[in-house]
Amino acid sequence: MQVGRVVGDVVATLKDDALTGVKLLLVQPLDPAHQPVGRVLVAADAAGAGVGEEVFFVRGREASFPFYPAEPPIDAAIVGIVDHWSAEGAHS
Amino acid sequence: MIVGRVVGPLVATQKHRKFEGSKLLLVQPLGENDTPRGPALLAVDTVGAGVHERVLLVLDGKAAGDAMQRKAAPVDAAIVGIIDHMDLA
Repeated sequence: MQVGRVVGDVVATLKDDALTGVKLLLVQPLDPAHQPVGRVLVAADAAGAGVGEEVFFVRGREASFPFYPAEPPIDAAIVGIVDHWSAEGAHS
Repeated sequence: MIVGRVVGPLVATQKHRKFEGSKLLLVQPLGENDTPRGPALLAVDTVGAGVHERVLLVLDGKAAGDAMQRKAAPVDAAIVGIIDHMDLA
């Protein structure tokens, strides 16, 4: 998983049927110093997240598991909202 | 599997139910000579690892779910071992 900040949302009317009702959010991955790292991505929300919140998300096939028995074609899903985290052992 | 160093814990109250009771740790993947390699990631800890320890990580959903002993858990990384020592010949 990775930690990121929700920076926006995505609305798509014409989409795969299995994506109906799935909330799509824009996520900026963060490094241990809470700084943006890498590219913003679109993730399905399985945790009730909102813009501005720090979240963690899962990538790959497992991203669709929270929506079971539906199998939406997604490769990233937000699965938790971060209360706090520390990185005292970080190198950078 | 890859080797990483635990850099800190992460606390999340609101999370998918499959994560209930599991410990989440931020891990910095390491390259040769223990140098940081690539971005830090978040892994489920299944062995009781602590901050600063070198650990063995699986970066695969199936393996991570197996390590948690939970079917269909939305995870893609898990700590499955604590490294005592490692020799690169």
